[in-house]
Amino acid sequence: MKPAPFEYVRPRTADEAVAALTEAADAKVLAGGQSLIPLLSMRLAAPTTLVDLNGVDELAYVRTDDDCVRIGAMARHAQVEHDAAATARQPLLRQALTLVAHPTIRNRGTTVGSIAHADPAAELPAVLAVLGGTLTCRSASGTREITASECFVGPLESALRPDELATEIRLPALGPTSGTAIREVARRHGDYALVGVAAVVDVDGDDGAVRSARAGYFSVADTPVVLDLTDTVDTGPSWDRAAEHAMAALDPLGDIHASADYRRHLIGVLTRQALAAAHSDARGTDG
Amino acid sequence: MTTKLFGDPIPRLEDERLLRGQGQYLDDLGNDALEVAIVRSPHAHARIVDIDVDPALDVDGLVAIYTWDDLDGPLAEPLPLLIPHPTLTHSRTPYALAKDEVNHVGEAVAMVVATDRYIAEDAASRIRVTYDPLPPVVGIAAARAAADLVHDDVPGNVAARMRQSNGDADAAIAAAPHRISLDLDIERSASTPLEGRGVLARWDTESARLRIWSSTQTSTGLRAAIAARLELSLGQVDVLTPDVGGGFGVKIVHPWPEEVLVAMAARALGRPVKFTEDRREHFIAAAHERGQQHHVEAGYDDEGRLLGLSVRFWHDNGAYTPYGLIVPIITSTQLLGPYKPGAYTVEFDSLYTNTVLVTPYRGAGRPQGAYVMERTLDAIAAELGLDRTAVREANFIQPDEMPYDHGLIFQDGKPLRYDSGDFPASLEKLKKLVGWDDFEAYRDQARAEGRRVGIGIGCYVEGTGVGPYEGGHVHIETTGKVKVATGLTSQGQGHQTVFAQIVADELGVPIEDVEVVTGDTRRFPYAVGTFASRAAVMSGSAIALAARRARAKALRIAAEALEASEEDLEIVDGIVQVRGAPDSRIALGTVAVLSNPLRYAFDEASKAATQFAVGDPTKPPVPEGDEPGLEGRDYYSPNQSTFANGMHAAIVETDPDTAEIRILRYCVVHDCGPMINPRIVEGQIHGGVGQGVGGALYERMAYDEYGQLLNASFMDFLMPYVTEVPEQIEIDHLETPSPLNPLGIKGLGEAGIIPSSAVFASAIEDAEGIPIRSMPISPSELFELRRRHGKDGDRG
Amino acid sequence: MAEPTHAIRLHVNGVAYDLDVPARRLLSDALRHDLELTGTHVGCEHGVCGACTVLLDGEPVRSCLTLAVSVDGEEVTTVEGLAAADGQLGPVQQAFKDCHGLQCGFCTPGFLTTITAGLRDNPDPTRDEAREMIAGNLCRCTGYQNIVASVLRAAELSASTGGSQIPKHAGVSQDLPTASGAEGDGGGTP
Repeated sequence: MKPAPFEYVRPRTADEAVAALTEAADAKVLAGGQSLIPLLSMRLAAPTTLVDLNGVDELAYVRTDDDCVRIGAMARHAQVEHDAAATARQPLLRQALTLVAHPTIRNRGTTVGSIAHADPAAELPAVLAVLGGTLTCRSASGTREITASECFVGPLESALRPDELATEIRLPALGPTSGTAIREVARRHGDYALVGVAAVVDVDGDDGAVRSARAGYFSVADTPVVLDLTDTVDTGPSWDRAAEHAMAALDPLGDIHASADYRRHLIGVLTRQALAAAHSDARGTDG
Repeated sequence: MTTKLFGDPIPRLEDERLLRGQGQYLDDLGNDALEVAIVRSPHAHARIVDIDVDPALDVDGLVAIYTWDDLDGPLAEPLPLLIPHPTLTHSRTPYALAKDEVNHVGEAVAMVVATDRYIAEDAASRIRVTYDPLPPVVGIAAARAAADLVHDDVPGNVAARMRQSNGDADAAIAAAPHRISLDLDIERSASTPLEGRGVLARWDTESARLRIWSSTQTSTGLRAAIAARLELSLGQVDVLTPDVGGGFGVKIVHPWPEEVLVAMAARALGRPVKFTEDRREHFIAAAHERGQQHHVEAGYDDEGRLLGLSVRFWHDNGAYTPYGLIVPIITSTQLLGPYKPGAYTVEFDSLYTNTVLVTPYRGAGRPQGAYVMERTLDAIAAELGLDRTAVREANFIQPDEMPYDHGLIFQDGKPLRYDSGDFPASLEKLKKLVGWDDFEAYRDQARAEGRRVGIGIGCYVEGTGVGPYEGGHVHIETTGKVKVATGLTSQGQGHQTVFAQIVADELGVPIEDVEVVTGDTRRFPYAVGTFASRAAVMSGSAIALAARRARAKALRIAAEALEASEEDLEIVDGIVQVRGAPDSRIALGTVAVLSNPLRYAFDEASKAATQFAVGDPTKPPVPEGDEPGLEGRDYYSPNQSTFANGMHAAIVETDPDTAEIRILRYCVVHDCGPMINPRIVEGQIHGGVGQGVGGALYERMAYDEYGQLLNASFMDFLMPYVTEVPEQIEIDHLETPSPLNPLGIKGLGEAGIIPSSAVFASAIEDAEGIPIRSMPISPSELFELRRRHGKDGDRG
Repeated sequence: MAEPTHAIRLHVNGVAYDLDVPARRLLSDALRHDLELTGTHVGCEHGVCGACTVLLDGEPVRSCLTLAVSVDGEEVTTVEGLAAADGQLGPVQQAFKDCHGLQCGFCTPGFLTTITAGLRDNPDPTRDEAREMIAGNLCRCTGYQNIVASVLRAAELSASTGGSQIPKHAGVSQDLPTASGAEGDGGGTP
């Protein structure tokens, strides 16, 4: 399976990349390539121009600020995963990244690339969504920020316009009274999840009561879905109502790997597991 | 003193080269060759209305485009039916390029030849084929219902109906104290070796000879087929097998359309031509296997002994039948396993569907057979409230009943007659290995922890070393090196090592001096191929016999040279010497020199053999009936297969919430007779078990109702990674030698995979208390089964 | 009209090669056909099987998912570069031979490169870590049992010969402990 021919541009800066995107009629951006190159090889995508970001070093950063983590477009998953400061500031990042494919893929694939690719079965879009992060993009007309809730339009379709270059994602820091967890069921180790849940739970500092509970779901719809489950959490805490609520609110489809009913069942199981683990994490009860 | 190598787990001789990246697989060859892309049907069933190649003609680097209209003579005829059978009344084989009609997604319609594969694909993508779609027949139910036909002239989509019986099963069932009825399904999987198919051809105009390399399991089969297609004499065609990155059965099919077409193009264009398939092509244009549905009626007594067994089944053979009925015939016969039902009837229909060909995949019908028999025995045990192993024991053929004739005809056309095996002893070993009798205690403990575990068992018999023959050639050269050749092929089984072990032992030479070549028709032109766990038995035996001939000749010549008696001679480390008088010795290389009486010396050593140096002037230099040279050639052609056997057990854990299935333990007891190289034996078992896990829990071909293969990639066809196979495979061996061949060995290539679906179904059923009748099974399917049986626990 | 090509330089196993390749040329094909280093194999071309895995600046990547032009100027290590300077098999290669870790050998180069980098980063893996190290590579022949054994054996052999000579890519942060609990760089860096 070999790609069809394309024009190739190798900018050295983000500005050059934006200029190339503006100029080309039908261009695609090559960052990690772990999702794009199979599509090219299978000839499911045949852009006229490929803009290769692999020389744009200025975008290969992971920056940790007091209130957020900022990941540049050319930061590899592996780079993010092993960045101690970033993963301390927002632990859900590392929890999610260890579930993304296999380490070899993570050596080349980029975190921003995963967001731009907008696969509803992928972990990172759900992480961006549940944390309320943003995607920054640049075009000839300037810079714009896309919020997580606007970012994912449909399966493999983000809100990026054809002439826009995604340059950075920003993930808010995890608060001191919050905890995170991600749980998924996949057919094989490293496969896309049949269903996945990324949870953030915030507790009252004194008694550990749940102040808020949010869950971001992947592989359940055309885009990641975030549910605010705060009002469904009963004292204990008990997650049964949260699980039932999620099962009723979501309408997963069946495919060759899993039936719709099984996915719905997993939504319940994994909601319980993820909330419980995020809650423990918030309370510091699991180390 | 050379130690015996037979039985020694020595490291493999192949490895050094392969580990350095110096393997020579098909695509590593022919860097100067033109490359091929094939235009394939996107429809499961359609008439071809028009093929417009014009849009492709201006692609820079295009060399040629072929469709069926460009083929003539035998090239234009359907590809051969490799294994005819009288009951295969409606066989159909494909054309090398589709003529008028396509019958599965992936069928070859046009061939593009270009300077490289990228450009070939560019040209191929521009070719416009107009199709008139026809209703596709997908799945056994649709094939049986026959509302639509795959081939217009094959009524009911039935390629063949075959029946075999021993005794009157229906009567025995009717008269039995108990009866049971079961429906059992297995879905399709496939060999999917890591290396796909590939073929390279060079036509030498000056000598009018064709040289072909193919990633094939049969060099001689391919040679004959290509010679016939291209109207060449056999002597004009050489077939060499390169290193092959796995076969597992799919590469026994020949000639593939691409093999014929590449050979044709190489000759027509006068340039080397190469085809390397990609992964998607392997899924839609190679072959699959395993899809069958079975209906069982059985009559049994209070001990669970089968008094009568009647099996009716439906085999999905895909769009064409080039490999005949081998797979369902093997199911029919190997279903019996290590048991002796009072009476047995088996009948199958082999049905066409608009899907990829079905030809043998490791196990080749045995997994289905074992699955049916083992599930039946488990069901009988459940009905009677008996231990599942007790029911096996009640049905076993006993060791003193060997040889045991089942009164049926096996896949080689010979009687199904077991020659060896001690089934009670194997089961005893297995029970001890897995701790069968302690399992209930373990289950109670697990239950107390909220865990759900189950144990399963599966037994099988495997007919190995099927004929008609294999041959071996052993040539001791004047340097003392020993060159060995056999015509069958290698795909990772370690033939270069195990055959060298045999020769080193037989001749008494250091193994470093032995070099083995397989699958090269220039070196050995009479062979069958590597499949059906036959290589060690067939070529191993033939090579042993050939080595013995070479040894006998060496001793005869050495005796004359040393003026000693042959009985007093031994060969140690490549030196022929008089036992007890080591000063009286002659190197095998020198014996080789003497074996070829010369007029002209060509080097120092050869002077020793010239006409004034040796020979009795009163006798002819080459005695009557003899030949020059120190060689041995022999063939092994048995009367029947030799039957290996094995028994597996697995302990699984099922998750009460997610229905995921985890393998806690996997145990194998295996009998392939004496083992040439125990490490290679274990490697074969490991690999088979790995594929078995894949087939039981992960892999299936997902066709939709339009005949589109939805999972034609490794992303969605779930071959196991290391994380999906057991962490340990515990193996114990029993060795009951085969009386049928000089080494007493039996085959084992398919052993690891045969009982897999049976074992996992048995274990999961034991864990869940739900009958498992359909395999493979995924967590989603287990969840659905739980709900259907009201065992939901749907806490969500 | 012939396809435009790009002049690139690849450093492969310590040797600099100048190539002219079309932009769409996959690194796997550039290695195999333009450089005739056929040790790297192609099993799927969609990044799942791992047979094509090479080391790019010391880190395992799928060469079938990389364009040759994209890695202009970078260092690639293939299976052909794993033997020692004196021609002896490297520790990972030797371990596979000792443990019968290969049968057909087609997937093997991808495992060898992956494990070479894996042991550099984690020189003394537990059995579970060894399994995790090879969890992204497919093998159809061996059932993986002897490959896991080969990883552990390679760790033993590496320990006695002083470790991997493949340096870790400079760009990756060293702050986090490795999975086994040991701090920092896996050792063996020149």
